[in-house]
Amino acid sequence: MADPMRIRAQASGSSAVVRVLMSHEMESGQRKDAAGKTIPAWHITDVTATHNGKTVMTAEWGPAVSKNPFLQFTIKGAKAGDKIGISWKDNKGDSRTDEAVVS
Amino acid sequence: MQTRREILRHSAAVAGLLAATGLFPRHAFAYTKAAFEAHTLAEVMKALGSNAPAESKDVSLTAPDIAENGAVVPFALSTTLPNVKSMLILVEKNPSILVAKFDVSDAIEANFSTRAKMGQSSDVYAVAITADGKAYFAKKEVKVTLGGCGG
Repeated sequence: MADPMRIRAQASGSSAVVRVLMSHEMESGQRKDAAGKTIPAWHITDVTATHNGKTVMTAEWGPAVSKNPFLQFTIKGAKAGDKIGISWKDNKGDSRTDEAVVS
Repeated sequence: MQTRREILRHSAAVAGLLAATGLFPRHAFAYTKAAFEAHTLAEVMKALGSNAPAESKDVSLTAPDIAENGAVVPFALSTTLPNVKSMLILVEKNPSILVAKFDVSDAIEANFSTRAKMGQSSDVYAVAITADGKAYFAKKEVKVTLGGCGG
């Protein structure tokens, strides 16, 4: 299981800005190891965000997203105390879900 | 004895069989694989079933002029267009042009920030696709002093 994500959700006016820092290697599949063999791609493919249990955003990522990916987006109508859930899935079938509360 | 060519042909055949039976792990996902393997903007748009994009002032892309480290280039993309279905980030000279695709719902603003890898200096595109399949883009050239794809 991968390390937990760091999620910060901050209400400002009628919406909330969500910042997520995931912990993932995001291997591009372009690099070679010391023996000259290509290191296979290993990256997050699907990201889902929920607001009080309802899916508000999905994203699909390729290997070109940076290592330990950062994501910021804005949820309309979210207020302090609301629950934000983020989950990701990678191309090796690993996944992780974390939750945060809007402050 | 098998020649190198024969071995290659056999492994290609096996790979084909695996793909056909859905044993390749990637095929298990609802993943727009074709779009992520495309090499040109036109191919990506075709894989996603959209028209060729038109340049638009309503789409904005924020990126550095010069990225010192190609492994982490910050991008922010947003649009003021109504009925946007999804937004894409593309780096033209990366091995695969599509970096990320975000699906926009009514509950969120069409405004995302993330960080991506860039192999070399290239044009970067932010594309917004509306619900009726029309696409609009903004582009910006980003110079990279140190590539982020390794090798």
